[in-house]
Amino acid sequence: MHIQEELSQRHVLSLTVSNEAGILARIAGLFTARGYNIDSLTVADITQDHGVSRITIVTNGPPKVIDQIIAQLDRLVPVHKVTDLTENGPFVERELALVKVAGIGEDRIEALRLADVFRAKVVDTTIESFIFEITGTTEKIDNFVGLMRQIGLVEVGRTGVVGLIRGKDAN
Amino acid sequence: MAEKSGADILVQCLVDLGVEVVFGYPGGAVLPIYDALYNHPTIKHVLVRHEQGATHMAEGYARSTGKPGVVLVTSGPGATNAVTGITDALMDSIPMVVITGQVPTQLIGTDAFQEADTIGITRHCTKHNYLVKSPAKLAEVVHEAFHIATTGRPGPVVVDIPKNVQIATAPYAKPELKVHASYHPQTKADAAGIDAAVEMLAAAERPILYTGGGVINSGPQATALLRELAALTGAPVTSTLMGLGAFPASSDQWLGMLGMHGTYEANWAMNQADLILCIGARFDDRVTGRLDAFAPNSRKIHIDIDRSSINKIVDVDVAIVADVGSALDDIIALWKQRNHRQVDLTEWWARIAGWRARKSLDYAENGVEIMPQRAIADLYAATKATGKDVIITTEVGQHQMWAAQHFGFDAPNKWLTSGGLGTMGYGFPAAIGAQMGNPDSIAICIAGDASVQMNIQELGTASQYRLPVKLFILNNEYMGMVRQWQELTYESRYSNSYSDSLPDFVKLGEAYGWTGIRIEGPQELEAGIRQMLETDGPVIVDCRVAKMSNCFPMIPSGAAHTEMLLDPSQVEGVMSDEAKALV
Ligand SMILES: Cc1ncc(C[n+]2csc(CCOP(=O)(O)OP(=O)(O)O)c2C)c(N)n1
Ligand SMILES: [Mg+2]
Repeated sequence: MHIQEELSQRHVLSLTVSNEAGILARIAGLFTARGYNIDSLTVADITQDHGVSRITIVTNGPPKVIDQIIAQLDRLVPVHKVTDLTENGPFVERELALVKVAGIGEDRIEALRLADVFRAKVVDTTIESFIFEITGTTEKIDNFVGLMRQIGLVEVGRTGVVGLIRGKDAN
Repeated sequence: MAEKSGADILVQCLVDLGVEVVFGYPGGAVLPIYDALYNHPTIKHVLVRHEQGATHMAEGYARSTGKPGVVLVTSGPGATNAVTGITDALMDSIPMVVITGQVPTQLIGTDAFQEADTIGITRHCTKHNYLVKSPAKLAEVVHEAFHIATTGRPGPVVVDIPKNVQIATAPYAKPELKVHASYHPQTKADAAGIDAAVEMLAAAERPILYTGGGVINSGPQATALLRELAALTGAPVTSTLMGLGAFPASSDQWLGMLGMHGTYEANWAMNQADLILCIGARFDDRVTGRLDAFAPNSRKIHIDIDRSSINKIVDVDVAIVADVGSALDDIIALWKQRNHRQVDLTEWWARIAGWRARKSLDYAENGVEIMPQRAIADLYAATKATGKDVIITTEVGQHQMWAAQHFGFDAPNKWLTSGGLGTMGYGFPAAIGAQMGNPDSIAICIAGDASVQMNIQELGTASQYRLPVKLFILNNEYMGMVRQWQELTYESRYSNSYSDSLPDFVKLGEAYGWTGIRIEGPQELEAGIRQMLETDGPVIVDCRVAKMSNCFPMIPSGAAHTEMLLDPSQVEGVMSDEAKALV
């Protein structure tokens, strides 16, 4: 007997939650307990009184599972609202990465040239290395990191995705 | 304003919330609360013998009275011992509030004596939980905990209170019920779903009402409305294990329980229906059998207060997120407003009569051994003859399924069983809790010889509080359900399923001041049951039943509703790996 896997789709979920102790463990734990995937998860407080945080989760799964994930998240007492950005019309998503690249000579010049194409900023430099700061979609950052790997990638730090729906209204 | 200690605030909250009974066990981290409860004029504390017992007693109390069950335990081992009952309450949607003591705030995280991360451990087996770090927050949290435990889909809530928070003081005023920032369960259905449901019901030729524990949780009004809807539509009614009693077993429209050990007629009617109205049930794997063969030609409507139950396992055509009572009220009102008439279901009922004629619950008797089914049927008849209110709890195993099949329930809140988690050790404490909440009823636990040993220590609790619980053990000297699966799946290799070294249950009961009765053969059965019912005080009955009986009908795991085994001759003794891998 072999175990069958189902086809997955990527979804970006945006949650507003009460900013209480344990909320992150509650959400992360729900994903592990029910066998859902987390590609990235970001969280930060977004209101003046620090009462509410926004959590952005990138997950993947078959449509039925995505539906369950949303219903299960919505059921948690401290969760105010869950929006599936992927399903809710146009939205903006961004991620920030710091990318450390080492190299000398032609490699160094090529790294700078590529950084320019990707609009990455140099935020630290030594004679033999750069740290680039880059923002963009996950795909753009993947591409940038992929190219830098060929030049001399040392290490990467990424924030994970944040997203908002387009237009004047709050979701 | 005069200040109160955290412990006094907690106890005052319990009084303000109408709590009459607390099931608990003391320890270092709850001593201040125990002191506040000392000689309390209105709150009765039931001292259990093991914290798991307290949680199941609270469940039994809650399920039989409709009020939340309250548990009080100490930190560390007190809290971890309560985890099974908390999980059980989550799976079966039982309103319960568990107060746990915790080490003082300055010691949290230091591996202090009897420290456990109660909040972490119970995070995913509660509906919600709280660590209260200040006495000033306590009243609001406790009131909110009861609100969350009892509204929406009910469930267990843990409130973890560090010892210094129990001692420290704060001003106390009864908190106002304010609108919660993020918790708003939907109780009223959207009109579109109700409209669609009414039109589908009015057009269905082979409808069936598939009901579950949600009907009972919704309250007595919901069970009355279910009866009215059944009368209006003329549709047959089946129920899950958890829903038994919501619809009277004595009705002509009753098909019996469905699912793995359900009746032939209930499962075939589900399979052949053109419309399934699921009311407060959740398409559990014990109910659906093989999913791709589940009710293949039906349209489905699902009423549930928990949106995450809808389309979780089976995709439905109409989703109604609402409290069952409210949704049924809306459906009935619209049905009447549109002057819908009952569809002629003669043909459908004729087919059902054909399935009923298979008499799937019949069993053979040999005159020598007591058939366990006979013991249940006789118990049912004898309790009915008393004319008193009867509450039945069960442990987990074959006896549980036989009780579900052969004991008829005509009213809700009279059948208490561990459905979702299937917790051996649930039934006996649940009967004690039910008796506590219903002093004038007869509370009977139908137990198995193995399950009953899981919380047998609670014999002492019943003695101490003079609770006349009846513990009716169907003793087959086996973990019968395990043995049955080994017969179905593993060519009868009985690996560790024999109940060796059983105690003498009669003597054991007597040691705790109970009356003990042994029933050894069919000729003793009636008299033994009668003696049990006529004896004042708690009675333990060791009813020796046929050792090798198996529970039929049965849908083996991985099989469809149409592939029921009706009797032992159909058992092959082996299974494919795919079927073996299912629960
Ligand atoms: C706490 C727990 N452990 C294990 C099981 C698995 N299990 C289900 S039924 C059963 C045997 C029950 O035996 P008994 O109480 O004698 O009931 P019978 O089936 O013989 O009627 C076991 C071990 C369980 N349900 N709960
Ligand atoms: Mg047994």
